[in-house]
Amino acid sequence: MGYLGGLLVTVRQHGRRNRVTTEYSGGRVWRKKRNDKKDQKIEKPERLHGRHVLNRYEDGMEKCIGCELCAGVCPARCIYVRGKDNDPMNPTSPGERFGFVYEINYLRCIHCDLCVEACPTEAITETKLFEFSFTNRRDAIYTKSELLVGEDGMPQHMPWEDWREGEDLNTSGWMRATAPSGDVDFRGIVSWSGELGYGTRAPEPGQDGE
Amino acid sequence: MVSILGIDPLLVGDVLWTPLLIVLLKVLVIFVVGLLATMLNVWFLRKVIAGMQNRVGPNKTGPFGLLQTLADGIKLFFKEDLIPERADNFVFRLAPYLTFVPAFLAFAIVPLGGDFTGGNDGTVTWFGEVTRVQLADPPVGVLFAVAISSIAVYGIMLAGWASGSKYPLLGSVRASAQMVSYEAALGMSLATVVLVAGTLSTSGIVANQTTIGTWHLVTTGIIPFVIFLIASTAEMNLPPFDLVEAEQELVGGYNTEYSSIRFGLFFLGEFMNPITMSLLLSTLFFGGPNPIAFGDTVINIPLIPGALEGTVWVMLKMFAFLYLFVWFRATFPRLRYDQLMDLGWKVLIPASLGWFMLLAAQRVGDVAGWDPVITTVVAAIVLLVSYSLLQLALRTSRLEREREGAMF
Repeated sequence: MGYLGGLLVTVRQHGRRNRVTTEYSGGRVWRKKRNDKKDQKIEKPERLHGRHVLNRYEDGMEKCIGCELCAGVCPARCIYVRGKDNDPMNPTSPGERFGFVYEINYLRCIHCDLCVEACPTEAITETKLFEFSFTNRRDAIYTKSELLVGEDGMPQHMPWEDWREGEDLNTSGWMRATAPSGDVDFRGIVSWSGELGYGTRAPEPGQDGE
Repeated sequence: MVSILGIDPLLVGDVLWTPLLIVLLKVLVIFVVGLLATMLNVWFLRKVIAGMQNRVGPNKTGPFGLLQTLADGIKLFFKEDLIPERADNFVFRLAPYLTFVPAFLAFAIVPLGGDFTGGNDGTVTWFGEVTRVQLADPPVGVLFAVAISSIAVYGIMLAGWASGSKYPLLGSVRASAQMVSYEAALGMSLATVVLVAGTLSTSGIVANQTTIGTWHLVTTGIIPFVIFLIASTAEMNLPPFDLVEAEQELVGGYNTEYSSIRFGLFFLGEFMNPITMSLLLSTLFFGGPNPIAFGDTVINIPLIPGALEGTVWVMLKMFAFLYLFVWFRATFPRLRYDQLMDLGWKVLIPASLGWFMLLAAQRVGDVAGWDPVITTVVAAIVLLVSYSLLQLALRTSRLEREREGAMF
């Protein structure tokens, strides 16, 4: 009765119970400031790669040191970085240099997260936001002023992006053990970190785990 | 004269203005209903198949997404109309109409209502004229349906051939082979219905099945219905027999090179066909406009007057079959080409032919006064022997092929 079994499988799928599609409008309803109960995003997977942010330290210093490793590792060549020496009196980042120009072209970016893995200072991470669209090529290039997190360490909400309540608390999980600068808890273990989050975090143990 | 105009009791005798106007009105209604039904069929298909695939389906355009097809149609009409350079211009333009028109023509002979129960003959009186709730009731109704459905093959075949392109040609070659081979099984299972009903006219066939016990589904013994269902699915190129437009192999199949309104016509014809086929199925096997009745107990739909009730029943039966076709589409994976041909030639055609012979033997036995049980048993034994011979022939030829090193 193979055929009848198959027919039963399909006919059992009817109804709201099994439905996976939600009535998400892609941000259209949300942008009109209409509160539609149906216009809900679904929970995103832990490792979803969205648009990038450039992080700051708790004291407001930028984490980016302008090393261009991200640009070097980028397979789509979508990152453009130029470093510059810090002003000793008024440094932008704790290191010697800082990212002076930082641009990501989202028409090219494939969200592979290699830049995040390459970054020695965790300066660049990815959010879970992919609901952003633009109407011309120039808007596709996010510059440093758009990528950099605000004073509170939270990503900036651009007017064309669809940020919902609580969404900016999550970053994408990323591969730790392959990065030499990665979390010591993951040394020798290939696995994924959980949510990285933004803002202040407890200091990690040193390289030897003490 | 009478034989030609006898397609409708309206036209017997002097032709007056009222009958003419009624016929014109019927034509108009059939056309509009056909278009609307096609539109709703596409919506229905998309909704049901979405339900079966855990999706929502169209729900933004109009209430419940009902206007989605209309929006798609309007979009199609405003697209650029492109004729490939290497296309045969005249045939390329002609082909869509050859698919689209037959789909509508088959609609014309299906009884869409009328009261056949309790000795009524299904006629209604409109504006003082006696007529039927169907555009035409020719004495050769069923033959007409078969003839029309085979004309649709030309549309698909010529479309692929005239495109001057390889994949459409492949698609249309498949289509013609498939449709020609399934036409035989279709016609043979239809012949059993005609044999049992004793008439070719569709209204006569409907009048013959007033209760469930006299439905041709029962009186022909279900097998012809199953064969007809499978063969009609293949005839309409619906999944799982949609090799004609197998996207994975042939781009878009025969209509790859078509765009704009011409593609729209193909689309329309393609989604019109299930409707006409569902109507035909309900007419031939399920009593068309007759209400469901067990012996003398008739299930009537309350509040709806006589002739209209027939229409409601036709619609209900049609929807059941439309659902069935969508269900098939959602469930079965596409057949390989040789499997398709095997099913057609080695299973369906012999089975329908055998069943036809069995029923015919019973009829002859009835007339000659033979014992029906012995007739059936002897006929069944003859069929069994023929079937074994067929299987033997198939096996021998397969062994022969294998010995020569063929794959299958």
